[in-house]
Amino acid sequence: METKLKDMGLPKSIANVFAARNITTAKEALSLTEFELMQLLDVGLADVASAVARISEIACPPYQTVLSLLEQRIQKETHGGHLPTRLKGLDKALCGGIPFGVLTELVGPAGIGKTQFCMKLSLLASLPEAYGGLNGRVIYIDVESKLSSRRIIEIGAESLPEIFHIKGMAQEMAGRILVLRPSSLLELTESLQQIKVSIFQHQVKLLVIDSMAAAVSRDYGHAAPRQHPLGWHISFIKSLAESSRIPVVVTNQVRSQSRDEACQYAFQEQSKRKASEAPAGYDSHLVAALGIHWAHAVTIRLVLEAKSGQRFIKLAKSPISPPIAFPFTITSSGISLLNDDGQELKGTEISTIQYQGFHKDIFL
Amino acid sequence: MEVGRLPISASQRGKLISAGYTTLSSLSSLSPSDLARDLNIPDGEAVEILKVASLTNRLDKPDGSHAIVNGAQTAWDMLHEEQLFPRLTTSCADMDGILGGGINCKEVTEIGGVPGIGKTQLGIQLAVNVQIPVDYGGLGGKAIYIDTEGSFMVERALQIAEACVVDMSEYNDLLRKGNRSCQVKVQPNDILENIFYFRICSYTEQMALINYLDKFISEHKDVKIVIVDSVTFHFRQDFEDLALRTRLLSGMALKLMNLARNYNLAVVIFNQVTTKYIEGSFQLALALGDSWSHSCTNRVILYWNGDERYAYIDKSPSLRSASAPFAVTSKGIRNSASNSWPSGISIENTSPRSSSIRSG
Repeated sequence: METKLKDMGLPKSIANVFAARNITTAKEALSLTEFELMQLLDVGLADVASAVARISEIACPPYQTVLSLLEQRIQKETHGGHLPTRLKGLDKALCGGIPFGVLTELVGPAGIGKTQFCMKLSLLASLPEAYGGLNGRVIYIDVESKLSSRRIIEIGAESLPEIFHIKGMAQEMAGRILVLRPSSLLELTESLQQIKVSIFQHQVKLLVIDSMAAAVSRDYGHAAPRQHPLGWHISFIKSLAESSRIPVVVTNQVRSQSRDEACQYAFQEQSKRKASEAPAGYDSHLVAALGIHWAHAVTIRLVLEAKSGQRFIKLAKSPISPPIAFPFTITSSGISLLNDDGQELKGTEISTIQYQGFHKDIFL
Repeated sequence: MEVGRLPISASQRGKLISAGYTTLSSLSSLSPSDLARDLNIPDGEAVEILKVASLTNRLDKPDGSHAIVNGAQTAWDMLHEEQLFPRLTTSCADMDGILGGGINCKEVTEIGGVPGIGKTQLGIQLAVNVQIPVDYGGLGGKAIYIDTEGSFMVERALQIAEACVVDMSEYNDLLRKGNRSCQVKVQPNDILENIFYFRICSYTEQMALINYLDKFISEHKDVKIVIVDSVTFHFRQDFEDLALRTRLLSGMALKLMNLARNYNLAVVIFNQVTTKYIEGSFQLALALGDSWSHSCTNRVILYWNGDERYAYIDKSPSLRSASAPFAVTSKGIRNSASNSWPSGISIENTSPRSSSIRSG
C-alpha cells in the first residue's frame, strides 16, 4: 500500500544511499530527522533536504477544495450522501440522514431501543433507491446476538406495507442483511478485515456493529473497558467508512459514573470552589461505556434515553446540527418519533444520559 | 569540539577533524580552495562546508543589533508589524476578547476540548472567516484544512459560509446604506472553493504533508491559515515507540511554527482530551503529554461550564488567562446568547503559568 522510495523518482545517487541503508518506505525516511538522515546516509544537508522534500511531496495526498467535495457528494451519491432514517425531524437535523463515510454512534441503557433502531436502519439501507433506501447489502455485526430476523420482517411489514406486500420482497430485502456473530474481539477484528475487501465486491451499503462496548468488555471484563486500547479498531473502522463511503453505525452501552471520574480540567477546580452552584449529583448519572478516546472518534453521537417515563433520542454530538432531543416510542413498526420539531438542549443536558421512570412494560 | 555541531555529513566531519580543523575559528579565515586541497574534496563541497561554518559561527555570536545578526528583528519592529496585521475573528466577540482580538497570525494556537464541544465547528468557522475581505476587516486569505479524523462535514461548511455571507451583507447595508456598487461579491461557493482540504490517513502522510506545506504555500501565497484537525488522532493509535512520537511531534510543531512565521499565517492545531491522574484524582487534560504542551505558543481549552460552552486561555505568552462563553449555533460559532458580560471574565488565582505547572 505504501509507496516505495525507489518509485519516487529521487536522484539515482541518493536513492541508492537510501536503499543501502535499508530505508525503503516513506514512513521510515520521514520518521528520522534531517540531521539523523545526514548521519545515517553520510550525505550533506542540501541533498537530504531535497530528498525529504521530494519524498514528502509524493507521500502526501492531493488536496481537494471543499466545493469540489460538495459537488461530488451531491452528484454521485445516493440521497446526497445520507441514509434517510425516515424519522422526519431527525433526518432534517442531520441534513438528510445518517451520513456516509463517518461513524455514527448510538448510546443508551439496555432495552431503550438501540438494536431496534439498528434493525430499522438495516432494513432501510436494503430497500431499492426508489423507496428511499440505498439498494445494497448490509453487514450487521451482532456481538450480543440480539438481532431478531422475525422482528426485522415485522418492522418491514408494518412500516412499509406497500413494499413488503409485494410477493417475494420480504425475502429479498431480508436476504440482503448479512449477520455476523463474532464470539471474541479477535474474531471481530478478523471479520472487519474480511469486510474491508468484500465491501467493494458486494455492494455493501451499510455496516452496523451492535455493540462495540460488548465486544470489548467480553474480552477484558467489565472492570475497565474504557482502559482498553481500541486504537487499532478506531482507525480501522474510520478508514473503512471513509474509503468505501458508506454509513457506519456503532452502538455503545452505558455504565454508571464513578465518583472520582474526570470531568474537569485542573484549572476549573480552583474556580469551582468559589462558584456558588453545587456540583450536580452524580449518583444517577450514566456515562458511555467506551471512554473519551472512543468518543473523539465518532462523528455523530445519538443518545437514547428515558426521562420520566418518556423515551428521547437526542443528538449529543454532531457537527451539522444543534443539540436537539426528540421523544420517541417503539411500536410494532419500529422506532417512531412523537413529534418532529424536537426540543433544543442546553449545556449539561446534552451530554448526560438519563434513565428515570422508565418501565419496560411500556414496550412489552 | 565545535565542528561536531556543524550540520554536515559524517564523512566530511571526519575529514575535517583528521585534517586538524576542530574549531570554527580555524575555518573562518580559510579559502575554499585551501580547504578542498587539505581535505581532498571537490571545491564545491568545500564552499558548502565553509558556508555552513560561517552561518553557525554568526549564530553563536549575537551582537545585539539586527543589522549585524542575520534574520534578527528588534522588539519594536515586531510590535509595529504585529499591529499591521489584523487578527482572525472567531465570530464570537467574547472569545475574540480574551484572545486579544482574535487568532493571531504568525503564531501557533492549540485548541483542545472534549468530544462534541465544537472543535471541528470552530475549525470550519476559522476556515471561512479567514476569507472575509480586507474591506470588512478580515484577512482576505485562503485556508488549508488538514483533516486527520474524517470529521469535516461539507454540509456544515456550506451552512457556515452562507451565514458568513449574510453577515457580511448586513454589515454592508449598515455601513454603506446599501450602496449598490459595494455589494458583497463573495458567494458561499467561492468560500468553499478557497478551502484546500487534505484528508490525512496515517501519520506518515501527516509528516509528509507538513514537510510539503512549505512548498505548497509558497505556490499559494494567499493562504492565511493552516488548520490541523486534529494533530492527535494518528499519534494516539498504535504508537508504541513513545520516544519516536515525542520526536516526530516536536519536529512537526517546529515546522508549523516556521510556516507561521515565514508566511505570516495563523496555524491552529486541534487536540483531543485524555484523562490524567493528578494529585489523587482523575482530571481532564489535553492529550499527547507534557513535552507536547511546550510546543505551541498559545493553548486554548474549550470546556463545559454548567450549561454553557466556555473557552479558556490555558497558556499564552501575551494574554492573561481568562475564560469566555461561546455558543455553537446553526450559523456557526457565535456569542453566547445568555451572556451579559461585555468581555471575558477572568478566573481568579490563575496566572498564565500556574496551570502548566500544575499539570506538569
